Amino acid sequence: MHSFLQKFGRLLVIWLPLGWLGIFFMLPLVEMVNVSLSEARRAVPPYNPAFQIGKDGISFQPVVDNYLLIYEYWEDYLWPAVNSVRLAFFSTLYCLLFAYPMAWWIARSNKSLQHILLVLILMPFWTSSLLRMYALIGLLNPNGVINDFLIWAGITVTPIQMMQTDFSIYSGMILTYLPLMILPLYASLVRLDNSVLEAAADLGAKNWDIFRTIILPLSMPGVIAGCLLVFIPAVGEFVIPALLGGPEQLMLGKVIWTEFFRNRDWPVAAAIAIILIAIIILPIVYARYQDKESIS
Amino acid sequence: MTPFIRIQNISKKFGKLLAVDDVSFNLERGELFSLLGPSGCGKTTLLRMLAGFEKPSEGYIEIDGQDMANVDPADRPVNIMFQSYALFPHMSVSNNIAYGLKRASLPSDEIKARVEELLRLVHLSGMGARKPSTLSGGQRQRVALARALARRPKLLLLDEPLAALDKKLRSETQFELVNIQEQLGTTFIVVTHDQEEAMTLSTRIGVMDDGKLVQTATPNEIYERPETRFVADFVGDISFLEATVIQRAGKYWLMEAATLIHATGSSTLTSGMKVSLAIRPEKITLTSQPTGQLNEFPVEIEDWAFYGAGTQYKVIGPDGIKLKVYQSHNQPSQANSRQLETGFVHFSPDATLILEG
Repeated sequence: MHSFLQKFGRLLVIWLPLGWLGIFFMLPLVEMVNVSLSEARRAVPPYNPAFQIGKDGISFQPVVDNYLLIYEYWEDYLWPAVNSVRLAFFSTLYCLLFAYPMAWWIARSNKSLQHILLVLILMPFWTSSLLRMYALIGLLNPNGVINDFLIWAGITVTPIQMMQTDFSIYSGMILTYLPLMILPLYASLVRLDNSVLEAAADLGAKNWDIFRTIILPLSMPGVIAGCLLVFIPAVGEFVIPALLGGPEQLMLGKVIWTEFFRNRDWPVAAAIAIILIAIIILPIVYARYQDKESIS
Repeated sequence: MTPFIRIQNISKKFGKLLAVDDVSFNLERGELFSLLGPSGCGKTTLLRMLAGFEKPSEGYIEIDGQDMANVDPADRPVNIMFQSYALFPHMSVSNNIAYGLKRASLPSDEIKARVEELLRLVHLSGMGARKPSTLSGGQRQRVALARALARRPKLLLLDEPLAALDKKLRSETQFELVNIQEQLGTTFIVVTHDQEEAMTLSTRIGVMDDGKLVQTATPNEIYERPETRFVADFVGDISFLEATVIQRAGKYWLMEAATLIHATGSSTLTSGMKVSLAIRPEKITLTSQPTGQLNEFPVEIEDWAFYGAGTQYKVIGPDGIKLKVYQSHNQPSQANSRQLETGFVHFSPDATLILEG
């Protein structure tokens, strides 16, 4: 057993997760591409697979009608797409602005406090995201806790409209995604050698200069990782805007949901999802490219 | 004339811990001063106060007539070379060296010229475009030195500058460092726990123990005339004999330490006084037969170690007194034989040190 582990342990450790990813991540993706290239029909499943292995052997008859349909009605999809990207972009930006000082503060605290703070950061993950959104609604509603307090304190007479605004949407987004930004930032900031910062100060750099020339460049991997971790799920997000935003906030995620469940048009839904993936991958490729630039 | 650097009654408390305890010393321009002491003796804290990273709890630091009390690290005419070098990993060697010059807003062609000059000084010409991670330990050390020298500080602080290098490279770099220091005439303060390093580098050494500066003197004086038992023990190898003063005997003092010993000492000694008698291993001669000289007694050889250039013996004399004896191999030693189990040692009365208490 021992020698077996030695011999195959390494292969096992690498290939088992890789195989798992291949089966449960790559295959569904391929299947989605397959669906997006298929023809819709009223049956179960509600499409005629472009690629199939059946009695008549292997057949592959892709149709691009679904993509053409999206192209034809692009105006219907453009605004949800713009909305989604805008939401993801600003959510990422706000998360970054909030998370950076927090991550810095945690990374510079003493070790025992660091552990406590990190657990606190992760605590929201212990409750369902949906529950937290309802809690937020309870806070922000016209008859919610905050307005009740403001009226009681005499600061305002009529409740302040906080729900169905950008404020409520971004509150929900930040509440949900902030930990995903803090953790990679913390990981890169905690590795920063204090003597490197002192060396910069010793060589005449003042606070802002040290941040700009030393801290920010050295924490860039954390910034990029955090931004990707927030941006990617945020683009597909539709629950938070649906719960906290107004009716005009149509997101791409919501469009996909509607195509899938209301119209039962799986191929078009799949095609939109594929386009969404392309939208997500573009900034990653760009980030990777930037990374390579900075190395060479 | 006021001294170039004046450190007066400096103390530093961390909570209840007194890390630096009432330290005072002056430096002349162009000195290479070593702060020597075991780890935790406060020497690095003292260095950090000079750099401005720590505020003294008490006392006064003056550099070239300027009080440093409210001067930021960024504005001090002082630069520091960190033990870890603390190079900026994302910048090239040139940009590392230029960092301090850019903060000083020098014109870019002057920065370029100075960086080139510094690269030449530390023998790294042509390496300017490399990243620190691609350099060897010795090269990194030299980049750190060049970077610290770039702003032409009045005082350069070096925290264990050679600790991270291997032994061979260390001795080469020692001479290089002294060379550069003499070439530039910058005042250096080196912090080290390595007494050999302090000896070879410095014009003067300050030995620190438990936050206090216990002796400040030239390397030669520190070695030959240590003022306390701690200094004698910390710097170089030494054996101690507990002795009782008997009486004055001509130009020497006669003492009792298992056997009668003649020693030099000040006239403040009195009969019956208990003293520590210290003697360096290389000042003792080991022979197989008695030679009839002063301070001679028979010993058993307990152990020996071959060092190449010499051999160190551990010997036991009368009443179990223990001595370390070092015989250099520059002459056919009388006690050459490794099989030797007993022998005689003698040493000159002038070679002894009397440390009171």
